[in-house]
Amino acid sequence: MTNRLEIRNVSKRFSRKSGVVERGAEYIGLKAKNPVVRALDDVSLSVSQGEVVGIVGESGCGKSTLGRVVAGLLQASEGSVLFRGKRLDEMTDKDAEDARLQVQMIFQDPSSSLNPRQRVREIIGAAPLHHGLTTAWELDGYVSQQMERCGLDPSTSTRFPHQFSGGQRQRIGIARALAVQPDMLICDESVAALDVSIQAQILNLFLDLREHLDLTYMFISHDLSVVEHISDRVVVMYLGRVVEEAPVGELFSHPNHPYTRALLQGRPSLDPVQRLFSAIEGEIPSPLSPPTGCHFHPRCPFAMERCRTERPELRSVGAHHTSACHLND
Amino acid sequence: MTALLEIKGLKTEVVTSDGRVTLIDDVNLTLAAGEVMGLVGESGSGKSVTGLSIMGLVDNPAQVTGGQILFKGQDLRKLSERKIRSIRGNRVAMIFQDPMSTLNPVLRIDTQMMEAVHAHEAVSKQAARERARDALGMVGIPSPDERLSAYPHQFSGGMRQRVAIAIALLMSPDLIIADEPTTALDVTIQAQILSIVQKLAREKGTTLIWITHDLSVVAGLAEKLSVMYGGRIVEQGLTADLLRHPMHPYTNGLIASLPAHNKRGSRLKQINGTTPSVASMPSGCAFHPRCSSATQLCLSRPPLEPIDGRLLRCFHPVTAGAPL
Repeated sequence: MTNRLEIRNVSKRFSRKSGVVERGAEYIGLKAKNPVVRALDDVSLSVSQGEVVGIVGESGCGKSTLGRVVAGLLQASEGSVLFRGKRLDEMTDKDAEDARLQVQMIFQDPSSSLNPRQRVREIIGAAPLHHGLTTAWELDGYVSQQMERCGLDPSTSTRFPHQFSGGQRQRIGIARALAVQPDMLICDESVAALDVSIQAQILNLFLDLREHLDLTYMFISHDLSVVEHISDRVVVMYLGRVVEEAPVGELFSHPNHPYTRALLQGRPSLDPVQRLFSAIEGEIPSPLSPPTGCHFHPRCPFAMERCRTERPELRSVGAHHTSACHLND
Repeated sequence: MTALLEIKGLKTEVVTSDGRVTLIDDVNLTLAAGEVMGLVGESGSGKSVTGLSIMGLVDNPAQVTGGQILFKGQDLRKLSERKIRSIRGNRVAMIFQDPMSTLNPVLRIDTQMMEAVHAHEAVSKQAARERARDALGMVGIPSPDERLSAYPHQFSGGMRQRVAIAIALLMSPDLIIADEPTTALDVTIQAQILSIVQKLAREKGTTLIWITHDLSVVAGLAEKLSVMYGGRIVEQGLTADLLRHPMHPYTNGLIASLPAHNKRGSRLKQINGTTPSVASMPSGCAFHPRCSSATQLCLSRPPLEPIDGRLLRCFHPVTAGAPL
């Protein structure tokens, strides 16, 4: 069976383009080249149909960039993204458009991802109308159906986004994404900005939709407990690289990579026993100048000489469990 | 033992010519020296306003309109602005969510920290600088001597928050009010800040009010917990008691909805409805439109009453052993 989505050795670099004068200055050595940020560094990953893959990591680890590359909002600098075994540039234009339409994204901040000057009906209805999934005659009914599915009252379809609460706005964002009938959703920190009691409602909505529509999810979050709850498989990223990948139960019971272990240890729990917080040392390095070898070595309590020079490869450490650490050798 | 801080019936309102909107009402807190209290609530619950009201930092058109704030037996509301200023930043300090709202971006760290020392104490420049350096060292900033002459933008987010905490610590205050200081930080950095604060509070016996929306952050940190909803405290007691057996339906729902309390992949127990806004607060118990055990009785406001070793504002407490 081909995977729903396969990411092969994808890298994404960002840098500022130099102007003509700057390029000249660079050429004769008067000016250093613009710094390059390696947001993604040789990332490979596959997602099968109906699976929920959680992507965890701290800020700057490249998890959002990965989501955007998959959703087609960014072009990968290297490597390829395969939809059902095919690259977009191998498909006909029509197929490529369909493939892209099948993958939709839900953002963190519902207020900045909705046009404040459009009514909910336009926000949800514009894309399906453009793509011919409904007609102008049937639009109202179509939008109502989308709204109901996401727990919104269809009679509010003529309102503007600011007239809704944060949780409802996120529902509008979800309804908009689902209106073009995708089979895969990329949720980038989609519950991070919501109140705790609202977070549970939205997570439940994701679970219900998965069941009814057989959706595949890429669930990007910094919140381990959310990822643990919703995912089948978890990918841990650090500074643009995948450091560990395992089925959810395995990862949370037998974390292998020192970074994953540090993340799990640092996570506050509801255990009411007064405990001492322990923490790994150090800061997250800047992606402009990542450490050599294993990116985690300056903060790792087990770092050896080899970690400073050689990049560890992802290696199997158990059933469907891979980790990139020299300690496993 | 006398309480370090005792708040009775605190009320803060927005007063305009069009009328009054109540932000917080009937807030009661008692903290002994060295105690750590978590103040938990969702957005709009009034937890930050409570912190700002204690500090005397609520701005027009909002104002504290009722109640007492007794700090070491002295009512802060009755003091002159001059007197308040000698206490604020000196005996009582505050840490905010965004460190850049504490730090001046165009001044070096040492200038800002020495200024804070000189505002309260006539010491030499040398002594002030040394105190600033020691404070930076205490919060775990490497090579504090050199970092003193850096600007705020040269620090990372986590380091900036450490500087803000160091400024709060400068005068060794008796009380620190921390308003969501780790919310904007990454998980590993949050753990670092929590461990520093926990250590300092224990070593120096500083009283701490930790304001947060995240129950799990204060679960390991605070001995006491106050849960706020709709501008009022709905439940208050020992952290262990509240987490083991929440009696208010809101606290109960909040804990039950956490992914950690639910089977992986199953539907989460959710609280229906949305958080009310201050402008349209439900009458009576503010939680009644979202509460499954609400009755006609809940249309009148329940009092905050002692029950089972805690304070509770509810007519229909959740019984022990009931499913979360």
